[in-house]
Amino acid sequence: MLELINVCFTRNNKKILDNINLKIDTNSFIAITGPNGSGKSTLAKIIMGIELPDSGKILFNNIDITNLSIAERAKLGISFAFQQPVKFKGITIYDILKLASSNQKLTKLEAYQILKEVGICGEEYLNRELNNSLSGGELKRIEIATVLLRNSKLNIFDEPEAGIDLWSFNNLINIFKNIHNNLASTTLIITHQERILNIADKIILIKNGKVDYFGENINIVDSICSNCPTKGGCNHECC
Amino acid sequence: MNVVDQELIAKVSPFNTSDSNAYNVRKDGKLLIRNITEDVSIISKEDGSGIDIYIKDNTKNALVFIPVIITKSGINDKVYNDFHIGKNAKATIMAGCAIRNNKNLDASHNGIHRFYLDEGAKVKYVEKHYADGHGQGHKTLDPITELYLGRNSSLEIDTVQISGVDSSNRITTGKLEDGATLSISEKIMTEKKQFAMTDFNIDLDGIDSSCHVVSRSVAKDDSKQVFKSNINGNNKCYGHVECDAIIQDNGHVHAIPEINAENINANLVHEATIGKIAGEQLIKLMSLGLSLEEAEAQIINGFLK
Ligand SMILES: Nc1ncnc2c1ncn2[C@@H]1O[C@H](COP(=O)(O)OP(=O)(O)OP(=O)(O)O)[C@@H](O)[C@H]1O
Ligand SMILES: [Mg+2]
Repeated sequence: MLELINVCFTRNNKKILDNINLKIDTNSFIAITGPNGSGKSTLAKIIMGIELPDSGKILFNNIDITNLSIAERAKLGISFAFQQPVKFKGITIYDILKLASSNQKLTKLEAYQILKEVGICGEEYLNRELNNSLSGGELKRIEIATVLLRNSKLNIFDEPEAGIDLWSFNNLINIFKNIHNNLASTTLIITHQERILNIADKIILIKNGKVDYFGENINIVDSICSNCPTKGGCNHECC
Repeated sequence: MNVVDQELIAKVSPFNTSDSNAYNVRKDGKLLIRNITEDVSIISKEDGSGIDIYIKDNTKNALVFIPVIITKSGINDKVYNDFHIGKNAKATIMAGCAIRNNKNLDASHNGIHRFYLDEGAKVKYVEKHYADGHGQGHKTLDPITELYLGRNSSLEIDTVQISGVDSSNRITTGKLEDGATLSISEKIMTEKKQFAMTDFNIDLDGIDSSCHVVSRSVAKDDSKQVFKSNINGNNKCYGHVECDAIIQDNGHVHAIPEINAENINANLVHEATIGKIAGEQLIKLMSLGLSLEEAEAQIINGFLK
Protein backbone atom coordinates (compact mmCIF):
# COMPACT_ATOMS: atom_id res chain seq x y z
CA MET A 1 0.00 0.00 0.00
CA LEU A 2 2.97 2.28 0.63
CA GLU A 3 6.18 2.13 -1.28
CA LEU A 4 9.28 4.28 -1.03
CA ILE A 5 11.75 3.93 -3.86
CA ASN A 6 15.28 5.32 -3.60
CA VAL A 7 14.18 8.22 -1.38
CA CYS A 8 16.98 10.65 -0.53
CA PHE A 9 16.89 13.79 1.55
CA THR A 10 20.00 15.86 2.16
CA ARG A 11 20.33 19.06 4.20
CA ASN A 12 23.51 20.96 5.05
CA ASN A 13 25.56 18.28 3.28
CA LYS A 14 24.11 15.66 5.62
CA LYS A 15 22.33 12.67 4.13
CA ILE A 16 19.37 12.63 6.47
CA LEU A 17 17.65 9.94 4.41
CA ASP A 18 20.05 7.90 2.35
CA ASN A 19 18.39 5.92 -0.40
CA ILE A 20 15.41 4.54 1.49
CA ASN A 21 13.53 1.62 -0.06
CA LEU A 22 10.49 0.26 1.76
CA LYS A 23 7.40 -1.67 0.81
CA ILE A 24 4.64 -1.69 3.39
CA ASP A 25 1.66 -4.04 3.09
CA THR A 26 -1.95 -3.13 3.78
CA ASN A 27 -3.11 -3.93 7.28
CA SER A 28 0.34 -4.20 8.72
CA PHE A 29 1.34 -2.72 12.01
CA ILE A 30 4.91 -1.57 11.84
CA ALA A 31 7.19 -0.05 14.42
CA ILE A 32 10.00 2.22 13.29
CA THR A 33 12.87 2.58 15.69
CA GLY A 34 16.45 3.72 15.76
CA PRO A 35 18.79 6.17 17.49
CA ASN A 36 18.00 9.85 18.01
CA GLY A 37 18.70 11.83 14.90
CA SER A 38 18.73 8.78 12.65
CA GLY A 39 16.00 10.18 10.38
CA LYS A 40 12.76 8.58 11.64
CA SER A 41 10.71 11.77 11.90
CA THR A 42 12.08 12.97 8.59
CA LEU A 43 10.92 9.72 7.01
CA ALA A 44 7.42 10.27 8.43
CA LYS A 45 7.36 13.88 7.19
CA ILE A 46 8.40 12.74 3.73
CA ILE A 47 5.47 10.31 3.66
CA MET A 48 3.02 13.02 4.84
CA GLY A 49 4.41 15.56 2.35
CA ILE A 50 5.74 17.96 4.96
CA GLU A 51 9.19 17.53 3.46
CA LEU A 52 9.78 16.68 -0.18
CA PRO A 53 12.55 14.24 -1.11
CA ASP A 54 15.46 15.45 -3.23
CA SER A 55 15.12 12.29 -5.28
CA GLY A 56 13.14 9.08 -5.27
CA LYS A 57 9.49 8.20 -5.43
CA ILE A 58 6.62 7.54 -3.05
CA LEU A 59 3.66 5.38 -4.08
CA PHE A 60 0.48 5.14 -2.05
CA ASN A 61 -1.97 2.48 -3.21
CA ASN A 62 -0.17 2.56 -6.53
CA ILE A 63 -0.63 6.32 -6.95
CA ASP A 64 2.54 8.36 -7.27
CA ILE A 65 2.19 10.89 -4.44
CA THR A 66 5.77 12.19 -4.57
CA ASN A 67 4.64 15.64 -5.68
CA LEU A 68 1.26 15.83 -3.95
CA SER A 69 0.61 18.43 -1.26
CA ILE A 70 0.02 17.62 2.40
CA ALA A 71 -3.73 18.18 2.05
CA GLU A 72 -3.95 15.99 -1.05
CA ARG A 73 -2.21 13.17 0.78
CA ALA A 74 -4.48 13.68 3.79
CA LYS A 75 -7.49 13.35 1.50
CA LEU A 76 -6.10 10.16 0.00
CA GLY A 77 -5.99 8.70 3.50
CA ILE A 78 -2.71 9.47 5.21
CA SER A 79 -2.68 10.82 8.77
CA PHE A 80 0.20 11.90 10.94
CA ALA A 81 0.47 12.50 14.67
CA PHE A 82 3.36 14.91 15.23
CA GLN A 83 6.20 14.18 17.61
CA GLN A 84 5.78 17.72 18.94
CA PRO A 85 2.08 18.64 18.92
CA VAL A 86 1.36 22.07 17.46
CA LYS A 87 -0.21 24.74 19.68
CA PHE A 88 -2.69 27.38 18.56
CA LYS A 89 -4.13 30.61 19.89
CA GLY A 90 -7.89 30.64 20.12
CA ILE A 91 -8.47 27.20 18.61
CA THR A 92 -10.11 24.93 21.18
CA ILE A 93 -9.78 21.20 21.61
CA TYR A 94 -13.32 20.83 20.30
CA ASP A 95 -12.42 22.95 17.25
CA ILE A 96 -9.42 20.81 16.33
CA LEU A 97 -11.35 17.58 16.84
CA LYS A 98 -14.13 18.89 14.57
CA LEU A 99 -11.56 19.82 11.93
CA ALA A 100 -10.00 16.39 12.22
CA SER A 101 -13.19 14.37 12.03
CA SER A 102 -14.02 13.68 8.44
CA ASN A 103 -17.67 14.71 8.69
CA GLN A 104 -16.95 18.07 10.43
CA LYS A 105 -20.17 17.57 12.37
CA LEU A 106 -18.64 15.92 15.39
CA THR A 107 -21.00 16.36 18.34
CA LYS A 108 -19.75 17.33 21.77
CA LEU A 109 -20.60 13.87 23.00
CA GLU A 110 -18.56 12.21 20.26
CA ALA A 111 -15.68 14.58 20.94
CA TYR A 112 -15.90 13.79 24.62
CA GLN A 113 -15.81 10.08 23.87
CA ILE A 114 -12.73 10.25 21.71
CA LEU A 115 -10.97 12.26 24.42
CA LYS A 116 -11.91 9.62 26.95
CA GLU A 117 -10.44 7.01 24.68
CA VAL A 118 -7.07 8.73 24.78
CA GLY A 119 -7.34 9.22 28.52
CA ILE A 120 -8.59 12.79 28.87
CA CYS A 121 -11.67 13.02 31.04
CA GLY A 122 -13.76 16.05 31.83
CA GLU A 123 -16.10 17.94 29.54
CA GLU A 124 -14.43 21.22 30.44
CA TYR A 125 -11.50 20.21 28.24
CA LEU A 126 -13.55 20.63 25.07
CA ASN A 127 -13.57 24.42 25.34
CA ARG A 128 -9.99 24.79 26.40
CA GLU A 129 -7.56 26.32 23.95
CA LEU A 130 -4.94 24.12 22.37
CA ASN A 131 -2.13 26.13 23.94
CA ASN A 132 0.57 26.00 26.59
CA SER A 133 -1.96 25.79 29.39
CA LEU A 134 -2.31 22.09 28.52
CA SER A 135 0.35 19.72 29.82
CA GLY A 136 2.73 18.02 27.41
CA GLY A 137 0.99 14.68 27.94
CA GLU A 138 -2.44 16.20 27.33
CA LEU A 139 -1.29 17.80 24.08
CA LYS A 140 0.17 14.48 23.00
CA ARG A 141 -3.10 12.65 23.70
CA ILE A 142 -5.12 15.24 21.76
CA GLU A 143 -2.68 14.87 18.89
CA ILE A 144 -3.34 11.12 18.90
CA ALA A 145 -7.11 11.76 19.02
CA THR A 146 -6.97 13.96 15.90
CA VAL A 147 -5.44 11.05 14.00
CA LEU A 148 -7.84 8.44 15.40
CA LEU A 149 -10.81 10.58 14.31
CA ARG A 150 -9.72 10.62 10.71
CA ASN A 151 -10.13 6.88 10.19
CA SER A 152 -7.35 6.99 7.65
CA LYS A 153 -5.96 4.11 5.65
CA LEU A 154 -2.44 4.92 6.79
CA ASN A 155 -1.77 6.26 10.30
CA ILE A 156 1.66 7.46 11.26
CA PHE A 157 2.42 8.18 14.91
CA ASP A 158 5.68 9.84 15.85
CA GLU A 159 6.67 8.69 19.34
CA PRO A 160 3.12 8.63 20.70
CA GLU A 161 4.36 7.31 24.03
CA ALA A 162 6.59 10.31 24.74
CA GLY A 163 5.30 12.18 27.76
CA ILE A 164 2.52 9.70 28.49
CA ASP A 165 2.65 8.42 32.06
CA LEU A 166 3.16 4.75 32.75
CA TRP A 167 -0.31 4.19 34.07
CA SER A 168 -1.93 5.50 30.89
CA PHE A 169 0.56 3.67 28.80
CA ASN A 170 -1.47 0.45 28.98
CA ASN A 171 -4.45 2.31 27.56
CA LEU A 172 -2.30 3.64 24.78
CA ILE A 173 -1.14 0.14 23.93
CA ASN A 174 -4.79 -0.93 23.88
CA ILE A 175 -5.63 1.89 21.49
CA PHE A 176 -2.97 0.66 19.11
CA LYS A 177 -4.08 -2.94 19.49
CA ASN A 178 -7.61 -1.85 18.64
CA ILE A 179 -6.51 0.05 15.57
CA HIS A 180 -4.64 -3.03 14.57
CA ASN A 181 -7.53 -5.44 15.15
CA ASN A 182 -10.55 -3.47 14.04
CA LEU A 183 -9.62 -1.31 11.13
CA ALA A 184 -8.55 -2.11 7.66
CA SER A 185 -5.71 0.29 8.14
CA THR A 186 -1.97 0.36 8.16
CA THR A 187 -0.08 1.79 11.09
CA LEU A 188 3.46 3.10 11.29
CA ILE A 189 4.61 3.93 14.81
CA ILE A 190 7.91 5.58 15.47
CA THR A 191 8.86 4.47 18.95
CA HIS A 192 11.64 3.80 21.40
CA GLN A 193 9.39 1.70 23.64
CA GLU A 194 9.95 -2.03 23.90
CA ARG A 195 6.30 -2.65 24.71
CA ILE A 196 5.16 -1.01 21.51
CA LEU A 197 7.89 -2.76 19.56
CA ASN A 198 6.59 -6.03 21.00
CA ILE A 199 3.09 -5.65 19.55
CA ALA A 200 4.29 -4.77 16.05
CA ASP A 201 4.11 -7.24 13.16
CA LYS A 202 7.28 -5.91 11.64
CA ILE A 203 10.09 -3.66 12.65
CA ILE A 204 12.01 -1.05 10.69
CA LEU A 205 15.33 -0.06 12.17
CA ILE A 206 16.73 3.23 10.86
CA LYS A 207 20.38 4.10 11.38
CA ASN A 208 22.19 7.08 9.87
CA GLY A 209 19.37 7.67 7.42
CA LYS A 210 19.42 4.11 6.13
CA VAL A 211 17.10 1.15 6.62
CA ASP A 212 19.30 -1.09 8.75
CA TYR A 213 16.69 -3.78 9.25
CA PHE A 214 13.16 -4.34 7.96
CA GLY A 215 11.51 -7.62 8.76
CA GLU A 216 9.79 -9.83 11.23
CA ASN A 217 9.56 -8.76 14.82
CA ILE A 218 12.66 -10.38 16.21
CA ASN A 219 14.03 -9.18 19.50
CA ILE A 220 15.23 -5.97 17.99
CA VAL A 221 16.53 -4.49 21.21
CA ASP A 222 19.07 -7.24 21.65
CA SER A 223 20.05 -7.04 18.04
CA ILE A 224 20.59 -3.29 18.27
CA CYS A 225 22.79 -3.78 21.28
CA SER A 226 24.86 -6.53 19.78
CA ASN A 227 26.29 -3.88 17.46
CA CYS A 228 26.94 -1.49 20.24
CA PRO A 229 30.50 -1.10 21.54
CA THR A 230 29.27 -1.58 25.10
CA LYS A 231 27.71 -4.89 24.02
CA GLY A 232 24.34 -4.19 25.51
CA GLY A 233 25.65 -2.75 28.74
CA CYS A 234 24.12 0.59 27.92
CA ASN A 235 20.46 0.06 28.75
CA HIS A 236 19.64 0.51 25.07
CA GLU A 237 20.07 4.27 25.33
CA CYS A 238 23.09 4.87 23.15
CA CYS A 239 22.15 2.56 20.36
CA MET B 1 -36.50 52.58 12.79
CA ASN B 2 -36.28 51.19 9.30
CA VAL B 3 -34.87 47.90 8.07
CA VAL B 4 -31.45 49.35 7.33
CA ASP B 5 -31.24 50.82 10.82
CA GLN B 6 -32.11 47.50 12.34
CA GLU B 7 -29.62 45.68 10.18
CA LEU B 8 -26.84 48.08 11.09
CA ILE B 9 -27.65 47.98 14.79
CA ALA B 10 -27.58 44.20 14.67
CA LYS B 11 -23.99 44.38 13.39
CA VAL B 12 -22.81 45.94 16.62
CA SER B 13 -25.40 45.30 19.29
CA PRO B 14 -27.47 42.21 20.14
CA PHE B 15 -30.59 44.09 21.18
CA ASN B 16 -34.14 44.80 20.08
CA THR B 17 -36.64 47.41 21.17
CA SER B 18 -38.81 44.90 22.98
CA ASP B 19 -36.10 44.52 25.56
CA SER B 20 -36.87 45.84 28.97
CA ASN B 21 -33.29 47.04 29.21
CA ALA B 22 -32.07 50.59 29.03
CA TYR B 23 -31.03 51.73 25.58
CA ASN B 24 -30.17 54.78 23.58
CA VAL B 25 -29.80 54.61 19.81
CA ARG B 26 -28.15 57.49 18.01
CA LYS B 27 -28.55 57.83 14.26
CA ASP B 28 -26.72 60.28 12.01
CA GLY B 29 -25.87 62.54 14.91
CA LYS B 30 -29.31 62.57 16.55
CA LEU B 31 -31.23 60.57 19.11
CA LEU B 32 -33.36 57.89 17.48
CA ILE B 33 -34.92 56.01 20.40
CA ARG B 34 -34.31 55.68 24.11
CA ASN B 35 -35.52 53.61 27.03
CA ILE B 36 -34.66 54.01 30.68
CA THR B 37 -35.28 51.78 33.68
CA GLU B 38 -35.57 52.19 37.41
CA ASP B 39 -31.85 51.63 37.89
CA VAL B 40 -30.52 53.21 34.74
CA SER B 41 -31.23 56.75 33.64
CA ILE B 42 -30.00 58.27 30.41
CA ILE B 43 -30.03 62.06 30.14
CA SER B 44 -29.07 64.16 27.13
CA LYS B 45 -26.48 66.80 27.83
CA GLU B 46 -27.93 70.30 27.72
CA ASP B 47 -25.67 71.48 24.94
CA GLY B 48 -26.69 68.43 22.90
CA SER B 49 -23.18 67.07 22.80
CA GLY B 50 -24.05 63.66 24.19
CA ILE B 51 -25.52 61.73 27.08
CA ASP B 52 -24.99 61.00 30.74
CA ILE B 53 -25.78 57.51 31.89
CA TYR B 54 -26.37 57.01 35.59
CA ILE B 55 -26.49 53.59 37.17
CA LYS B 56 -27.72 53.57 40.76
CA ASP B 57 -25.73 52.28 43.73
CA ASN B 58 -26.10 48.54 44.33
CA THR B 59 -27.81 47.90 40.99
CA LYS B 60 -27.75 44.21 40.17
CA ASN B 61 -26.78 43.26 36.63
CA ALA B 62 -28.13 46.16 34.58
CA LEU B 63 -27.92 45.83 30.79
CA VAL B 64 -27.45 48.99 28.76
CA PHE B 65 -27.26 49.28 24.96
CA ILE B 66 -25.96 52.42 23.32
CA PRO B 67 -25.42 51.75 19.61
CA VAL B 68 -24.60 54.52 17.15
CA ILE B 69 -25.39 54.19 13.47
CA ILE B 70 -24.39 56.38 10.59
CA THR B 71 -26.26 55.89 7.34
CA LYS B 72 -25.49 59.12 5.53
CA SER B 73 -22.38 60.14 3.71
CA GLY B 74 -20.75 63.31 4.94
CA ILE B 75 -21.70 62.90 8.58
CA ASN B 76 -19.00 63.70 11.08
CA ASP B 77 -20.48 62.78 14.39
CA LYS B 78 -18.87 63.61 17.71
CA VAL B 79 -20.53 62.53 20.91
CA TYR B 80 -19.73 62.48 24.62
CA ASN B 81 -21.01 59.50 26.58
CA ASP B 82 -20.41 59.72 30.30
CA PHE B 83 -21.03 56.68 32.44
CA HIS B 84 -21.55 57.20 36.15
CA ILE B 85 -21.61 53.84 37.87
CA GLY B 86 -22.78 53.85 41.48
CA LYS B 87 -21.27 52.08 44.46
CA ASN B 88 -21.26 48.29 44.16
CA ALA B 89 -23.43 48.47 41.05
CA LYS B 90 -23.02 45.73 38.47
CA ALA B 91 -23.65 46.45 34.79
CA THR B 92 -22.96 45.30 31.27
CA ILE B 93 -22.84 48.05 28.69
CA MET B 94 -22.89 47.27 24.98
CA ALA B 95 -21.75 50.09 22.75
CA GLY B 96 -20.88 50.12 19.11
CA CYS B 97 -20.78 52.13 15.98
CA ALA B 98 -21.95 50.95 12.59
CA ILE B 99 -21.27 53.08 9.53
CA ARG B 100 -22.78 52.52 6.12
CA ASN B 101 -21.29 54.92 3.69
CA ASN B 102 -22.76 54.42 0.24
CA LYS B 103 -21.78 57.77 -1.15
CA ASN B 104 -18.47 59.37 -1.80
CA LEU B 105 -18.35 61.79 1.08
CA ASP B 106 -16.43 60.85 4.20
CA ALA B 107 -18.20 59.62 7.32
CA SER B 108 -16.76 59.57 10.78
CA HIS B 109 -17.74 58.93 14.35
CA ASN B 110 -15.76 60.16 17.29
CA GLY B 111 -17.15 58.81 20.54
CA ILE B 112 -15.71 60.17 23.73
CA HIS B 113 -16.53 57.72 26.49
CA ARG B 114 -15.83 58.59 30.07
CA PHE B 115 -16.29 56.00 32.78
CA TYR B 116 -16.56 56.95 36.43
CA LEU B 117 -16.72 53.83 38.55
CA ASP B 118 -17.57 54.34 42.19
CA GLU B 119 -16.25 52.10 44.94
CA GLY B 120 -16.86 48.39 44.31
CA ALA B 121 -18.63 48.90 40.97
CA LYS B 122 -18.23 46.10 38.48
CA VAL B 123 -18.71 46.82 34.77
CA LYS B 124 -18.31 44.93 31.55
CA TYR B 125 -18.13 47.19 28.52
CA VAL B 126 -18.37 45.66 25.06
CA GLU B 127 -17.68 47.79 22.01
CA LYS B 128 -17.98 46.71 18.40
CA HIS B 129 -17.08 48.68 15.33
CA TYR B 130 -18.43 47.99 11.93
CA ALA B 131 -18.42 49.81 8.63
CA ASP B 132 -19.55 48.96 5.14
CA GLY B 133 -20.94 50.64 2.03
CA HIS B 134 -20.15 50.85 -1.63
CA GLY B 135 -19.14 54.51 -1.82
CA GLN B 136 -15.62 55.81 -2.04
CA GLY B 137 -16.15 57.88 1.09
CA HIS B 138 -13.65 57.31 3.85
CA LYS B 139 -15.01 55.66 7.01
CA THR B 140 -13.24 56.86 10.10
CA LEU B 141 -13.61 55.99 13.77
CA ASP B 142 -11.66 57.78 16.44
CA PRO B 143 -12.94 56.68 19.84
CA ILE B 144 -11.50 58.22 22.96
CA THR B 145 -12.05 56.40 26.22
CA GLU B 146 -11.26 57.78 29.65
CA LEU B 147 -11.46 55.51 32.65
CA TYR B 148 -11.63 56.48 36.30
CA LEU B 149 -11.75 53.41 38.51
CA GLY B 150 -12.56 53.97 42.18
CA ARG B 151 -11.48 51.75 45.07
CA ASN B 152 -11.96 48.04 44.45
CA SER B 153 -13.96 48.65 41.31
CA SER B 154 -13.43 46.52 38.25
CA LEU B 155 -13.89 47.20 34.58
CA GLU B 156 -13.63 44.72 31.74
CA ILE B 157 -13.46 46.16 28.24
CA ASP B 158 -13.91 44.15 25.09
CA THR B 159 -13.42 45.91 21.76
CA VAL B 160 -13.67 44.41 18.31
CA GLN B 161 -12.96 46.02 14.97
CA ILE B 162 -13.03 43.61 12.07
CA SER B 163 -12.24 45.26 8.72
CA GLY B 164 -14.46 47.84 7.01
CA VAL B 165 -13.03 50.82 8.88
CA ASP B 166 -10.59 52.80 6.75
CA SER B 167 -8.94 54.62 9.55
CA SER B 168 -9.19 54.42 13.29
CA ASN B 169 -7.30 55.99 16.11
CA ARG B 170 -8.34 54.64 19.46
CA ILE B 171 -7.05 56.39 22.54
CA THR B 172 -7.65 54.98 26.00
CA THR B 173 -6.49 56.51 29.25
CA GLY B 174 -7.13 55.17 32.72
CA LYS B 175 -6.53 55.97 36.36
CA LEU B 176 -6.91 53.24 38.94
CA GLU B 177 -7.34 53.67 42.69
CA ASP B 178 -6.59 51.14 45.43
CA GLY B 179 -7.59 47.58 44.58
CA ALA B 180 -9.13 48.52 41.23
CA THR B 181 -8.84 46.06 38.33
CA LEU B 182 -8.92 46.90 34.66
CA SER B 183 -8.86 44.30 31.94
CA ILE B 184 -8.92 45.21 28.28
CA SER B 185 -9.16 42.87 25.34
CA GLU B 186 -9.05 44.21 21.82
CA LYS B 187 -9.34 42.37 18.51
CA ILE B 188 -8.48 44.17 15.33
CA MET B 189 -8.39 43.06 11.73
CA THR B 190 -7.36 45.43 8.98
CA GLU B 191 -7.17 44.84 5.25
CA LYS B 192 -6.64 46.71 1.97
CA LYS B 193 -5.20 50.12 2.77
CA GLN B 194 -6.78 50.45 6.20
CA PHE B 195 -5.02 52.00 9.14
CA ALA B 196 -5.68 51.29 12.81
CA MET B 197 -3.95 52.77 15.77
CA THR B 198 -4.44 51.99 19.44
CA ASP B 199 -2.94 53.92 22.25
CA PHE B 200 -3.27 52.92 25.90
CA ASN B 201 -2.07 55.05 28.73
CA ILE B 202 -2.84 53.61 32.14
CA ASP B 203 -1.87 54.97 35.55
CA LEU B 204 -1.84 52.38 38.28
CA ASP B 205 -2.06 54.87 41.14
CA GLY B 206 -3.61 52.77 43.90
CA ILE B 207 -2.16 50.06 46.13
CA ASP B 208 -2.86 46.63 44.61
CA SER B 209 -4.41 48.09 41.50
CA SER B 210 -3.92 45.94 38.43
CA CYS B 211 -4.44 46.00 34.72
CA HIS B 212 -4.30 43.45 31.91
CA VAL B 213 -4.28 44.53 28.29
CA VAL B 214 -4.50 41.83 25.63
CA SER B 215 -4.42 42.94 22.02
CA ARG B 216 -4.75 40.47 19.17
CA SER B 217 -4.61 41.77 15.66
CA VAL B 218 -4.30 40.71 12.06
CA ALA B 219 -2.97 43.03 9.37
CA LYS B 220 -3.66 41.89 5.81
CA ASP B 221 -2.96 43.29 2.35
CA ASP B 222 -1.36 46.73 2.56
CA SER B 223 -2.93 47.68 5.88
CA LYS B 224 -1.03 49.23 8.75
CA GLN B 225 -1.46 49.08 12.50
CA VAL B 226 0.22 50.83 15.35
CA PHE B 227 -0.03 49.56 18.89
CA LYS B 228 1.14 51.85 21.65
CA SER B 229 0.82 51.20 25.30
CA ASN B 230 2.16 52.88 28.33
CA ILE B 231 1.56 51.51 31.79
CA ASN B 232 2.71 53.58 34.74
CA GLY B 233 3.13 51.73 37.99
CA ASN B 234 2.87 54.44 40.61
CA ASN B 235 2.29 52.17 43.58
CA LYS B 236 2.43 48.53 44.60
CA CYS B 237 0.58 47.23 41.57
CA TYR B 238 0.56 44.74 38.74
CA GLY B 239 0.37 45.57 35.05
CA HIS B 240 0.48 43.19 32.12
CA VAL B 241 0.33 44.03 28.43
CA GLU B 242 0.26 41.45 25.69
CA CYS B 243 0.31 42.47 22.05
CA ASP B 244 0.07 39.64 19.60
CA ALA B 245 -0.11 40.37 15.89
CA ILE B 246 -0.28 38.27 12.75
CA ILE B 247 0.88 39.88 9.53
CA GLN B 248 -0.05 38.70 6.06
CA ASP B 249 0.75 39.92 2.54
CA ASN B 250 2.22 43.42 2.98
CA GLY B 251 0.57 43.98 6.33
CA HIS B 252 2.50 46.16 8.71
CA VAL B 253 2.37 46.25 12.50
CA HIS B 254 4.35 48.56 14.69
CA ALA B 255 4.26 47.86 18.44
CA ILE B 256 5.57 50.44 20.83
CA PRO B 257 5.50 49.10 24.35
CA GLU B 258 6.33 51.23 27.33
CA ILE B 259 6.22 50.24 30.96
CA ASN B 260 7.24 52.65 33.58
CA ALA B 261 7.77 51.70 37.24
CA GLU B 262 7.62 54.68 39.58
CA ASN B 263 7.44 52.51 42.67
CA ILE B 264 9.76 49.78 43.91
CA ASN B 265 6.81 47.41 44.36
CA ALA B 266 5.39 47.89 40.90
CA ASN B 267 5.42 44.71 38.84
CA LEU B 268 4.98 45.35 35.13
CA VAL B 269 5.20 42.92 32.22
CA HIS B 270 5.04 43.57 28.52
CA GLU B 271 4.95 40.92 25.83
CA ALA B 272 4.78 41.69 22.14
CA THR B 273 4.85 39.20 19.29
CA ILE B 274 4.55 40.00 15.61
CA GLY B 275 4.86 37.47 12.85
CA LYS B 276 3.18 35.59 10.11
CA ILE B 277 1.13 32.49 10.83
CA ALA B 278 3.39 29.78 12.21
CA GLY B 279 4.26 27.30 9.48
CA GLU B 280 3.72 24.33 11.76
CA GLN B 281 0.13 25.45 12.47
CA LEU B 282 -0.59 25.47 8.75
CA ILE B 283 1.07 22.09 8.33
CA LYS B 284 -0.98 20.55 11.13
CA LEU B 285 -4.29 21.75 9.67
CA MET B 286 -3.29 20.76 6.14
CA SER B 287 -2.46 17.28 7.45
CA LEU B 288 -6.11 17.16 8.52
CA GLY B 289 -7.08 17.76 4.90
CA LEU B 290 -7.52 21.55 4.84
CA SER B 291 -6.20 23.57 1.93
CA LEU B 292 -3.71 26.34 2.64
CA GLU B 293 -6.45 28.99 2.40
CA GLU B 294 -8.81 27.03 4.66
CA ALA B 295 -6.04 26.49 7.18
CA GLU B 296 -5.19 30.22 7.22
CA ALA B 297 -8.85 31.15 7.68
CA GLN B 298 -9.25 28.73 10.61
CA ILE B 299 -6.13 30.02 12.33
CA ILE B 300 -7.16 33.67 11.93
CA ASN B 301 -10.77 33.04 12.99
CA GLY B 302 -9.58 31.28 16.11
CA PHE B 303 -7.04 33.98 16.86
CA LEU B 304 -9.64 36.76 16.65
CA LYS B 305 -12.46 34.79 18.27
N1 LIG C 1 15.23 20.52 7.54
C1 LIG C 1 16.36 20.08 8.13
N2 LIG C 1 17.51 20.79 8.00
C2 LIG C 1 18.66 20.39 8.59
N3 LIG C 1 18.77 19.27 9.33
C3 LIG C 1 17.66 18.53 9.51
C4 LIG C 1 16.41 18.90 8.93
N4 LIG C 1 15.48 17.97 9.27
C5 LIG C 1 16.14 17.07 10.04
N5 LIG C 1 17.44 17.39 10.19
C6 LIG C 1 18.47 16.60 10.90
O1 LIG C 1 18.34 15.30 10.45
C7 LIG C 1 18.55 14.36 11.45
C8 LIG C 1 17.36 13.43 11.57
O2 LIG C 1 16.29 14.11 12.20
P1 LIG C 1 14.95 13.37 12.61
O3 LIG C 1 14.11 14.36 13.30
O4 LIG C 1 14.39 12.69 11.44
O5 LIG C 1 15.51 12.29 13.65
P2 LIG C 1 14.73 11.21 14.50
O6 LIG C 1 15.24 9.89 14.09
O7 LIG C 1 13.28 11.43 14.43
O8 LIG C 1 15.26 11.52 15.97
P3 LIG C 1 14.52 11.45 17.40
O9 LIG C 1 14.56 10.03 17.86
O10 LIG C 1 15.39 12.30 18.27
O11 LIG C 1 13.14 12.01 17.25
C9 LIG C 1 18.86 15.17 12.68
O12 LIG C 1 20.25 15.24 12.83
C10 LIG C 1 18.27 16.52 12.38
O13 LIG C 1 18.95 17.53 13.07
MG1 LIG D 1 11.84 12.13 15.76
